[in-house]
Amino acid sequence: MAHAHRNHPTYWAFFIHRVSGVALALFLPLHLYVLGLALAESTAFADFISWSNTPGLKTLETGLVVFLTAHLTGGLRLLALEFLDWRSGQKSLVALSGGISLCLGLVFLLNAY
Amino acid sequence: METDQLSVSIWRGGDGGAYQTYQVPRLESQTVLDVVTYIQREIDPSLSYRFACRVGVCGSCAMTVNGKARWTCRTHVSRVAENGALTLNPLRNLPVVKDLVVDMAVFFDKWEKAMGAFVGDKTRDQALAAVSPSDPKRKEASAGIECIGCGICYATCDVVDWNKDYLGPAAMNRSWTLINDERDVARIPRLQAIAGDNGCLGCHSQQGCVERCPKSLNPTGAIAGLKRHTMKAALKGELT
Repeated sequence: MAHAHRNHPTYWAFFIHRVSGVALALFLPLHLYVLGLALAESTAFADFISWSNTPGLKTLETGLVVFLTAHLTGGLRLLALEFLDWRSGQKSLVALSGGISLCLGLVFLLNAY
Repeated sequence: METDQLSVSIWRGGDGGAYQTYQVPRLESQTVLDVVTYIQREIDPSLSYRFACRVGVCGSCAMTVNGKARWTCRTHVSRVAENGALTLNPLRNLPVVKDLVVDMAVFFDKWEKAMGAFVGDKTRDQALAAVSPSDPKRKEASAGIECIGCGICYATCDVVDWNKDYLGPAAMNRSWTLINDERDVARIPRLQAIAGDNGCLGCHSQQGCVERCPKSLNPTGAIAGLKRHTMKAALKGELT
């Protein structure tokens, strides 16, 4: 009950935007390291690619895609909120940004196997 | 019509207080303010709470009801009781005086810091300004001035909780009404007062203020408008 005031869609949109931002910030160095392997150690890179083709990794990648698109669509929603004239239907925009993220995650998952 | 008993846990004391539970007869069309009034008059006269108009005009009876800030005079028990129980706390983000009474001084001090007072340049001998009610800016101002100063948005705002110097939604809603008041002549000093992390740039657009405002006002929209005005003024070099 201490945080009951937070239980509404625009708060959860804020929360997901923050958490996805932190997750992507942690992921980016790893991503750049793996790309670096392609240049420096091609065998290690090939091993990583084959490891990343396992079902568990594909599922984790789907989560990553959802986080990335959630951060992108949530960011666009915030830019519109702050730089354009206010419009009603902010919760609909939250639903739209969340829906786009989940759809893109599903598209990735369907193509992953 | 008495239908049942209501179990009401109320925060008693100041910051180091504790909950005390009372059994209150459940009545038809009973408001949360009716409940605390019953407790004070029939059970425990030492209970402190604040109210005045009882009809949603004065904004003085706001409390935290089951974790959410609400105006208690217009909140029916039937809408908020959970399993026949209510938990009442003073408003968040404000110093507790005693029981359900908070010190609102810091809340209204921030209205002053946000330059919430009108600044005109006409004397009483000059003609009244002709302001069209259909003008978009006047519509923004007319919406914002419906604020009753209850402090519910301030108590709900997480940014106020995180940054004690943050002006808060109500103070900046007030600034926004004056930015849109064509008779006001203090636009730039007012933007200087609300620019920065303690002002409009600190808002994370969580919109809890919009969610909870009992008058259905839009403080987040007001703050977003202030951000746009601040940005345009900064680009023109008007804020230096």
